[in-house]
Amino acid sequence: MYALDGQPRAPYAAYDAWFVKQNNERFAQKSKEAEAFFRRTGITFNVYGQHDAEERLIPFDLVPRIISSREWTRLSKGIEQRIYALNAFLHDIYNRQEILRAGIIPTELIAQNDAFLPQMLDFSPPGNIYTHIVGTDIVRTGEGDFYVLEDNARTPSGVSYMLENRETMLQMFPELFSTIPVQPVSDYPKNLRRSLETSAPLGCSGRPSVAILTPGIHNSAYYEHSFLADQMGVELVEGHDLRVVDGRIAMRTTKGYETIDVLYRRVDDEYLDPLTFNPTSMLGVPGIMDVYRAGNVTIANAPGTGVADDKAVYSYIPEIVKFYTGEPAILKNVETYRCSEPQALQYVLDNLADLVVKEVHGSGGYGMLVGPAATKQELSDFADKLRARPETYIAQPTLSLSTVPIFTESGLAPRHVDLRPFALVSAEGVSITSGGLTRVALTEGSLVVNSSQGGGTKDTWVLED
Amino acid sequence: MLGKTAGGLYWMFRSLERAENTARLIEAGFRIALTRSTTAEAEWQSVISTLAAQQAYEAIYDSYDSAQVVDFLLREPTNPSSVLSIIKSARDNARLVRTALTAEVWCSVNETWMLFTELLKDEIPQTELPAVLATIRQTSGLVRGALYGTMLRNDIYNFCRLGTFVERMDNTARIIDVKYYSLLPSPSFVGSRLDNVQWETILRSVSAHRSFRWAVEGDFTAPAIAEFLILDRRMPRSLAFSAGQIVDNLSLLAESYGTRQTSNDMAEALQSRLVTPDIHSIFDAGLHQFVNEIIGSTANLAHQVEVDYRFTQ
Repeated sequence: MYALDGQPRAPYAAYDAWFVKQNNERFAQKSKEAEAFFRRTGITFNVYGQHDAEERLIPFDLVPRIISSREWTRLSKGIEQRIYALNAFLHDIYNRQEILRAGIIPTELIAQNDAFLPQMLDFSPPGNIYTHIVGTDIVRTGEGDFYVLEDNARTPSGVSYMLENRETMLQMFPELFSTIPVQPVSDYPKNLRRSLETSAPLGCSGRPSVAILTPGIHNSAYYEHSFLADQMGVELVEGHDLRVVDGRIAMRTTKGYETIDVLYRRVDDEYLDPLTFNPTSMLGVPGIMDVYRAGNVTIANAPGTGVADDKAVYSYIPEIVKFYTGEPAILKNVETYRCSEPQALQYVLDNLADLVVKEVHGSGGYGMLVGPAATKQELSDFADKLRARPETYIAQPTLSLSTVPIFTESGLAPRHVDLRPFALVSAEGVSITSGGLTRVALTEGSLVVNSSQGGGTKDTWVLED
Repeated sequence: MLGKTAGGLYWMFRSLERAENTARLIEAGFRIALTRSTTAEAEWQSVISTLAAQQAYEAIYDSYDSAQVVDFLLREPTNPSSVLSIIKSARDNARLVRTALTAEVWCSVNETWMLFTELLKDEIPQTELPAVLATIRQTSGLVRGALYGTMLRNDIYNFCRLGTFVERMDNTARIIDVKYYSLLPSPSFVGSRLDNVQWETILRSVSAHRSFRWAVEGDFTAPAIAEFLILDRRMPRSLAFSAGQIVDNLSLLAESYGTRQTSNDMAEALQSRLVTPDIHSIFDAGLHQFVNEIIGSTANLAHQVEVDYRFTQ
């Protein structure tokens, strides 16, 4: 927020002028009000493996993170380029496999990848779109300097927090929005619905029927599923509400079975169809993959997209972008050591205390090691894991992330943040909401922002020109 | 609407109604326990059997002590009908059907659950019980108010109301069933002290000890009370009133969906049994038998509603 000379950075100037006139007590009071509001409306998430604290609030910080219009334009161009490349890559991998033939990425990276689904081979979804909804994780290290941490092309979550955070800020500090030109985010649900409708199967006549498939009320992101269904005005279904009727997917209503054309699923590939994947799954719909391949339902995101946001594939994204767009990647990749390579593994073991190590297939901050924050014991335990199964890990240097201030009892204090903007992909193109979810590591000095690991969130403002 | 959603709404409101009824039964039982300690044990026993919870209760306790019964009914996690368990289930159903509820209804249920979880965290000392029970009843009123004030009068509303009145019908019938003997017109008991206590308890269990006096001037007799609870359409917890609401809501559903279902016929048949001109024909045929048949028909009707509107696969 502040430059080295102690002056506020340009995007924060108007906010700072307002902030210095506030008093800490009023701010602390507002902070309590926000928390009570979140709890009353049930904006919670579930933490796996903690029975007594089944539903938790994500701490919300009242100080917005502000991005200039110029930085945002560059960032969104970079995201758009990346998403275009990811979709081209997925279509290629599941069809002609030019990129493998060209030797740009090793075949075993795909062939031995758990997220690769042979059932998707020789099939093109409507518009060749695989990733209808993307939430790219970005970190900023300096002016105009953005790195992509993860592409999150499967079922990214968090967009409900982007919307609720803004709603909360509008209620708490309406005066700010009348003086500072902040781009709105409230169109997201409407755009999501239109984007899903445009991706309906070709044979669909009339207005396409859209539904969200949730694993149920015990899923960590259930709140978001119901929020989006509510905001879009579509049904929120579970596997047991659905079945195949006359070669289409249909939901059981009080009046009988009604057809669904587009299913925005928040259920992982593995559980989608017990006849094709995990036979014990109760969360999916038996036979849906046959309906899908026959072109009678659109599944968003497409099954098998995970092969593009895998942490091992991630390290090849600059090459992938170049291969499909002919241009260098606008956004940087974090330097990544693939522990499957002996040389890289040795480097990682030698420098463990300075690196972040992640599971190739992990997500949500589970099972990762943050070297600089780990104890000696944790480092040596992790080194054993690495030696035992090196191919399941990648390692990255810790970046000097930029910080933004949060409100604490003793006033403003800097904390590390990341940013997850949300992009929608349809035949009409890529549309990125001006804003996103800013996650913040609430502990001083910490680099871990995941909500499951004690991170919080902030409203994210993209200023008008 | 999804069949699952219809079922979730229906069960959410059955649960809320049940929580409120349980609080009312505790209130009536507690009053007797305070004022007539000699009959307290028998009174608590009949409260437990009204709620069909003997088995669950006797699995934990072997006597009907006030503090134990109250704790069992308010907080016991192994009792699926304890107020705490029921509110949890009402709130789970509300989360399931959240997209069908207005923000006001959702928030009122969510807040009720938050409040009860806090309120019933520890065992309630006797001195605080009246205040806790009053809060429970008050909060149920808030949810109902949110429903009345903010929900569209469409199929969603009809399923909510169906849940409420199926549960209420069952509950009032069970109260009569457990105490039917005190409502029989037997000359030797008329006006006895015991009867007066029983009658008061029954009326308190349905929050009608005052409205009875307004509605039925002076006539404090067993047949008058039975008639009030079974046939009086002005009394919002009577069998006739509940049956009328069930018929109305099912008719509105048939109208909006354009299809009459088996449950419409069953509800109308049930209602027709409750439009008898006076209570004596019911006494002639046997009060106990009559109430038992009503409980059975209500259960069958409830099942048919689930089938007709595809609550489950």
